[in-house]
Amino acid sequence: MTDEIKSKDAASGSGGMETTGHVWDGIEELNTPLPRWWLWTLYACIIWAVGYMIVMPAVPFPTSDGWDYTKGLAGYSQRDVVRGEVAKSEASRAIFENRIASADLAEIRNDEDLLAVSLAGGAAAFGDNCAPCHGSGAQGFTGFPNLNDDDWIWGGSLDDIYQTIAHGIRWEEDDDTRYSEMPKFGVDEILEPADISDVVQFVLSLSASEHNAEQAVRGAVVFEDQCSACHGESGQGDRTMGAPNLNDALWLYGGDEAAITQTVTQARYGVMPAWQGRLGDATVKELALYVHALGGGE
Amino acid sequence: MSTSAAGGDGTETPSSLQSSGVPADRKGAPHRIEVDAVNAKAKRSGYAARVKIHPKRVSGRFRSIKWAVMIATLLIYYVTPWLRWTRPGDAPDQAVLIDFQTQRFYFFFIEIWPQEFYYITGLLILAAFGLFLINSVAGRIWCGYMCPQTVWTDLFIYVERFVEGDRNARLRLDKAPLSASKFIKRFIKHAVWLAIAVSTGGAWIFYFADAPTLARELVVLEAPVTAYFSMGIFTFTTYLLGGFAREQVCIYMCPWPRIQGAMFDEDSMAISYRDYRGESRGPHKAGTGWEGRGDCIDCRQCVAACPMGIDIRDGFQLECIQCALCIDACDAIMAKVGRPRGLIDYESEANLERLAKGEPRQSHILRPRTLLYAALIIGVAALMSLTLFTRSTLDANLIRDRNPVFVRLSDGSVRNGFTVRAINKLHETRQLTISITGLEGAIMTRGATHGSPDDLTIVVGPDATKAEKFYVSLPRAALAGTLKGGAANLVFVIQDPVTGQTITEKTSFRGPE
Ligand code: HEC
Ligand code: HEC
Repeated sequence: MTDEIKSKDAASGSGGMETTGHVWDGIEELNTPLPRWWLWTLYACIIWAVGYMIVMPAVPFPTSDGWDYTKGLAGYSQRDVVRGEVAKSEASRAIFENRIASADLAEIRNDEDLLAVSLAGGAAAFGDNCAPCHGSGAQGFTGFPNLNDDDWIWGGSLDDIYQTIAHGIRWEEDDDTRYSEMPKFGVDEILEPADISDVVQFVLSLSASEHNAEQAVRGAVVFEDQCSACHGESGQGDRTMGAPNLNDALWLYGGDEAAITQTVTQARYGVMPAWQGRLGDATVKELALYVHALGGGE
Repeated sequence: MSTSAAGGDGTETPSSLQSSGVPADRKGAPHRIEVDAVNAKAKRSGYAARVKIHPKRVSGRFRSIKWAVMIATLLIYYVTPWLRWTRPGDAPDQAVLIDFQTQRFYFFFIEIWPQEFYYITGLLILAAFGLFLINSVAGRIWCGYMCPQTVWTDLFIYVERFVEGDRNARLRLDKAPLSASKFIKRFIKHAVWLAIAVSTGGAWIFYFADAPTLARELVVLEAPVTAYFSMGIFTFTTYLLGGFAREQVCIYMCPWPRIQGAMFDEDSMAISYRDYRGESRGPHKAGTGWEGRGDCIDCRQCVAACPMGIDIRDGFQLECIQCALCIDACDAIMAKVGRPRGLIDYESEANLERLAKGEPRQSHILRPRTLLYAALIIGVAALMSLTLFTRSTLDANLIRDRNPVFVRLSDGSVRNGFTVRAINKLHETRQLTISITGLEGAIMTRGATHGSPDDLTIVVGPDATKAEKFYVSLPRAALAGTLKGGAANLVFVIQDPVTGQTITEKTSFRGPE
């Protein structure tokens, strides 16, 4: 130390000030004492830290069944804070939920605020409950309809959609479920394979797809007899029966010869659960508005 | 660390102390050697207690400037939130307001939205360059005159002097035992300090809410908790930094003294002692001549006046905030002894050298550094005002649906969904028309959920944004010819028919490949 302190001399370049004796590239480090209050600030921080560890949850320690931690005198818990905030936001949501529950669909549709809340709530509920069957963008899969388009099996008005979601389709636990059953023309031997082949060609002709014209002429007769009761005279479908439109460009089970033959031979019997009991009426309303607003709503 | 390392009466040299410690002639006998513990307690401390500074009152031209700047800056600070500014619609009528609730910053005729925060960045850049420029031309003008720490400390010292008297009286009062009069003086001083501190914190929060309303709420104790909390924090820090910490803030807490070291060059103005003129210093007897000695009579008035507690005659120092009070103090003395003013003065290092050599002083204000700073300031300011005054009161952006990317409809046509988000910066409701061009045969419609499908408008409220969904479909017949690789160009036109403002947004229409 004594030697280092000797570096205190004007010639060393430190301007006559005391240095620590450390020199880098000719630059010396001055040994300026730190103000004492700075030291106190450090002590204050240490005391604060100790106090903080006593008051707040701090030190983890292992127990026989996993890790635990010192809880602190203040009994503070971030989980409680989160729980409180969730409860608060639920309470503020509940105001809207109550209004949605008591309003009818048309009222909600015409109220900008309620509609915005419903669409947001519907989007969340759709992601949780419907996306596995209908896809995250409601784009559908074979057998599970695309809900964005303008083709509705059971109806695309707000009330129709609500009815479908609330009570499901062919969901036997619900008395008000949408119900119909296309006969299994092949399996139950209602039609001969040749008739089936003919009527399939006729169905293909309805949507201007490639087909055998000769067979289609014969198929038209079969269709008139066997199918028009449900699918309509010109194959336009019947929403009360849930019988799809057969002359448009959209197919639930596929529009090629093989898919149609399979449908006619063994029918499909698509099933969707009823949601009202599970999700509650308010959420079903939100879902109906959300699906309606996907672009195809009528 | 103490510098008096050698110990005892100095009969032994440090080198002999470090040898075995037992002189040859004393071998075998109990004896006493002259040694000091190198790490003795007294020498161990790396910390220095603060010595309180009692700046002496001065008057003169720089003191006057400082008073004027103090009054001006305090007025700006306290009065600004109370200025009113009429704005259309239900926009607040406070001239300067940072409104967290609606996320707007109002500054007279300017209103800044959160996404335009880059203006604030621009202002900060301007402030930084401005500081650099002033610094390289005229030294630490900011530190000496305009920094809140300087202004409030000056105000607090003024109060202290008013209540307790000037430097000598204060020194005496500090040493005096506690008496009724000392207690009363201290009590008044702290009370006034606290009053200033409270009103400092009080003024701050008015920048964040309607000032008259908040003032009323504060008085009847109905203001939000955060208002009282911020006020409390500001009260505490003002009281602490202005009343107690003072020069410690500049010396130990503030980064600017370090940064400005890099900003300085030999042509920068600084408060300088003309040692070539002042030395050799020493007391001067009235009536005797000035030959063979310097002008400095070593009266130490410059030291007594210094709020930073330094001796400017030691040369350029980090601690010096360049408030120029020592210039005033010295000028007064020079006038008294009949010597020219300016023994301590604003002067650059280069000029000091020239003058010492008897060369004339030169002014180098225009040099690459200052020109560059000035150019940068002008550039940034010009760019900012250009964008500020040409920015539109209407904005829109377009988001295309990605899930699903397109939807096939029953008649075989293909539909894409687009969300148009319109931003209305006017304080009145506007009806915007939305149309498309650039895609032959495409038809735009609106979802049926709200409003009518053919209503291709967005009604956006005053000072608000609104997002609406629109659908564009392309008939089956047009598909094959139009879509190249499953995509075609499409342009949205968002227009305000009243003002004629038009925004076009390019996007693409997607379909099967
Ligand atoms: C287990 C799979 C499944 C789940 C989960 C499911 N759906 Fe369905 N959904 C179907 C099937 C299958 C159909 C078609 C039934 C048919 O053949 O008529 C359907 C049809 C519909 C329809 C009628 C479409 C039309 O064209 O009329 C609507 C609306 C609908 N679903 C909405 C929903 C909503 C909303 C949810 C979430 C709460 C949901 N679905 C969850 C399977 C499901
Ligand atoms: C009792 C009413 C009923 C009759 C009769 C009926 N269908 Fe259906 N059809 C349905 C229903 C309901 C569906 C929906 C699929 C399902 O869930 O089984 C359907 C679906 C179809 C589909 C699939 C549509 C798609 O989008 O994938 C085809 C094809 C079809 N029917 C053809 C026929 C033909 C051909 C006949 C006459 C031979 C016929 N249907 C008779 C009720 C009927």
